[in-house]
Amino acid sequence: MGFLFWKKKDKETPATAVEVVAELNSEPEPGIVVETSVSLADIESEPEPQPIVEPEKVEVSLPKRTFAKGIKSLFTRVKFDPENLDELEDVLIQADFGVDASEQIVVEVKARAKKSGASTEAELKAVLTDLITENLTRDDQELNLSSGQLPYVVLVVGVNGVGKTTTIGKLAKYLSEAGSKVVIAAADTFRAAAVEQIATWAERSGATLVRPKSEGQDPASVAFEGTEVAIAQNADVLIIDTAGRLQNKVDLMNELDKIRRVVEKNCVIAEVLLVIDATTGQNGMVQAKAFAEVAKVTGVALTKLDGTAKGGIVYAIQRELGIPVKLVGVGEGIADFAFFEASEFARGLVS
Amino acid sequence: MFGNLSDRLVETFKNLRTKGKLSAADIDATLREIRRALLEADVALDVVKNFINAVRDRALGDEVNKALNPAQQVVQIVNDELVAILGGQQRKLTFAKTGPTVIMLAGLQGSGKTTLAGKLAKWLKDQGQTPVLVAADLQRPNAVNQLQVVGERAGVEVFAPEPGNGKGDPVKVSKEAIKFAQKKQFSVVIVDTAGRLGIDEELMSQARDIRKAVDPDEVLFVIDSMIGQDAVNVAKAFEDGVGITGVVLTKLDGDARGGAALSVSSVTGKPIIFASTGEGLDAFEPFYPDRMARRILDMGDILTLIEQAQKQFDEVEAAKMAEKIAKNEFTLEDFLEQMQQLKKMGSMKDLLAKLPGAGQMKNQLENFDEKEVDRTEAIIRSMTPGERHQPKVLNGSRRLRIAKGSGTTVTEVNSLVNRFEQAAKMMKTVAKGGMPQLGGQMPGMPNIGGGYVAGSKSKKNDKKKKGSKSGNPAKRAAENLGVTPTQGGSGSAFGL
Ligand SMILES: Nc1nc2c(ncn2[C@@H]2O[C@H](COP(=O)(O)OP(=O)(O)O)[C@@H](O)[C@H]2O)c(=O)[nH]1
Ligand SMILES: [Mg+2]
Repeated sequence: MGFLFWKKKDKETPATAVEVVAELNSEPEPGIVVETSVSLADIESEPEPQPIVEPEKVEVSLPKRTFAKGIKSLFTRVKFDPENLDELEDVLIQADFGVDASEQIVVEVKARAKKSGASTEAELKAVLTDLITENLTRDDQELNLSSGQLPYVVLVVGVNGVGKTTTIGKLAKYLSEAGSKVVIAAADTFRAAAVEQIATWAERSGATLVRPKSEGQDPASVAFEGTEVAIAQNADVLIIDTAGRLQNKVDLMNELDKIRRVVEKNCVIAEVLLVIDATTGQNGMVQAKAFAEVAKVTGVALTKLDGTAKGGIVYAIQRELGIPVKLVGVGEGIADFAFFEASEFARGLVS
Repeated sequence: MFGNLSDRLVETFKNLRTKGKLSAADIDATLREIRRALLEADVALDVVKNFINAVRDRALGDEVNKALNPAQQVVQIVNDELVAILGGQQRKLTFAKTGPTVIMLAGLQGSGKTTLAGKLAKWLKDQGQTPVLVAADLQRPNAVNQLQVVGERAGVEVFAPEPGNGKGDPVKVSKEAIKFAQKKQFSVVIVDTAGRLGIDEELMSQARDIRKAVDPDEVLFVIDSMIGQDAVNVAKAFEDGVGITGVVLTKLDGDARGGAALSVSSVTGKPIIFASTGEGLDAFEPFYPDRMARRILDMGDILTLIEQAQKQFDEVEAAKMAEKIAKNEFTLEDFLEQMQQLKKMGSMKDLLAKLPGAGQMKNQLENFDEKEVDRTEAIIRSMTPGERHQPKVLNGSRRLRIAKGSGTTVTEVNSLVNRFEQAAKMMKTVAKGGMPQLGGQMPGMPNIGGGYVAGSKSKKNDKKKKGSKSGNPAKRAAENLGVTPTQGGSGSAFGL
């Protein structure tokens, strides 16, 4: 999969106010060579005069990542029965599509089958696959990293433990490998050792980390510093990690709003990714609504698809709230992620 | 959208105001809505199906409750059954007889194990235990650091010989931890393990090895209350793969309805021991099945109405009874009627506790056998009306006749008469001092709308409560009664 990318010609523009991860006791995982990690030496080296250049459109093409290994068929436990389409509703409910969406899908499958005369297992499965694919396909499924307004700021939000930090690590690695300069702001200043955790990922991915000066520092100030550093370093992407928060906690949700406002003083926010754990049930919809309202979510990252959960709630989220799924997490390793593709998801589910 | 269960039931029962025997149609209409509510609360589909069948069977067989209409009665049965499944196995933490108590935590990634480990340690420490935390999650980046911070905050020692981030063997660390705890005389060892997927054979077998190495008194399965249908698969995988002794439900301070609690209880039969309710170290409490049932059903207002209707009914009956007692008219017939009523109301203990002075009877109530009511009924039915009103006349031959007639023994008849006399005496004493209390708030009412009810909901309840309290006493009584259809209240719309 490739995506369009605006990049400036020159890359390394040194900055001054960066805290670097080098002081951490954790070492990079064996086997992962951190090539582009910013070191103190890089930062302190003499700045080159900054040439003023027009952004040049560069297409970055990367090997396609499949998440096929991550998604498991709906029909492992219950066999698909072409004679009994009502059973399909149960199967979809068990994949967390929710009662309403499941009912609607079955009604639609029946209607289409009637029209096309599909009746065999293979035909009906094709109808179902097409239907899910169509209903989940959108033209804004790719990460919005092509507006030309650098740095592209990606704000990552979600409830506790869904995989925000891990997803950031994976994404940072991917973007670094594609030749982008990535800065990560560790704005989860709340959870114990959260900064150390993202620091490990920054190190693994070769991104520069902006960390809080003190424990419990206002996350908005860390995010703001992130923008300063990203601009000063001429970074392509700034990813902001945030603390997990439950959507019914008003104060914590307001904190996100503050982070947004502060970041927007310096940058345009390109993406607000809501991370949803594939095991999440119907509360996922409540999460999406709340985060969309406060944080203006632009995309969903669906994690932990390597488990037995199917993540069906994203179907309703995308259909009802119009928020596209953009990324998929399929494991704890740095390479275990992919860009969401509706047809792959549908084929995986229905296979 | 469809609104919550309360709204939909109101819709379903708009035209139904009759009281009487539960018809199959009434039951099915209610159960259809309840099925949907349970699914929307993320109870696993198979669990919902079994549950609905069980409720239908019970509802069809149940006696008619005079205080409630059919819909209410079905809802009450649903609630009772939910509480029974969620709390049927309820128990406290098991401690080792000798040596340190070992608690192993296991669960999916991100379920909240490390945070919980800290809370558990703090809680145990506050109870005078000396816990040690063991950093056996050597997988997730900086999980070891996190546990160290958490331990420091809790003021508890952390055993962390390995740096983690993929380095070190968790089985070895766990084994060493036990030796360490024994040597240093820690009373509880809490082993934090890496998050793992149920289908990850390698990691599941590692979990088994940790279990073997530490021989835990408890293996607590930690599960996020936001989890959906997959809860059953995950719970089964951990039960089969590691073997669990209890469950901890986390992130209950969110607004997920938490149907997973029911799924996990049903599938594993293991008790839910704790609820984790926030990020702070003290946000941790024992699990309350009744609150969870309410939360899953999301119909606190209807259940409150049901309770009020029932309570009001009970109060009226109790007042009648008290009057009889005061006038010395309390007879074996009344005694029987009271027992039958109590049996019908389901939870004997809670309801008996509402009677003034019943607190002292608590121990006896613990041993109360509901079949006893049937035997009591048989015995009393075998008496002549005269005997029922004047138990004093019951001599040996009368007692023998009654025993034969009721298929019981003389000993049982004797015991009943004794119990009756005791009860009459006790109630008379209580009635003298306790009468004025009858109209007011009954003691022992279960605490409702507690910590599990999400913010918006409890606000709604507060408003309702305030509304009721501000009215004049007669109006309030009528409101509480819920039996008389009032205009405009949420009760009347439901056909109560
Ligand atoms: N199996 C699996 N685990 C994941 C995935 N993404 C994250 N995790 C794990 O989920 C847990 C929570 O992740 P973390 O990034 O700390 O979540 P955060 O609290 O949202 O930042 C960690 O144990 C991660 O290793 C995924 O795609 N698959
Ligand atoms: Mg995090």
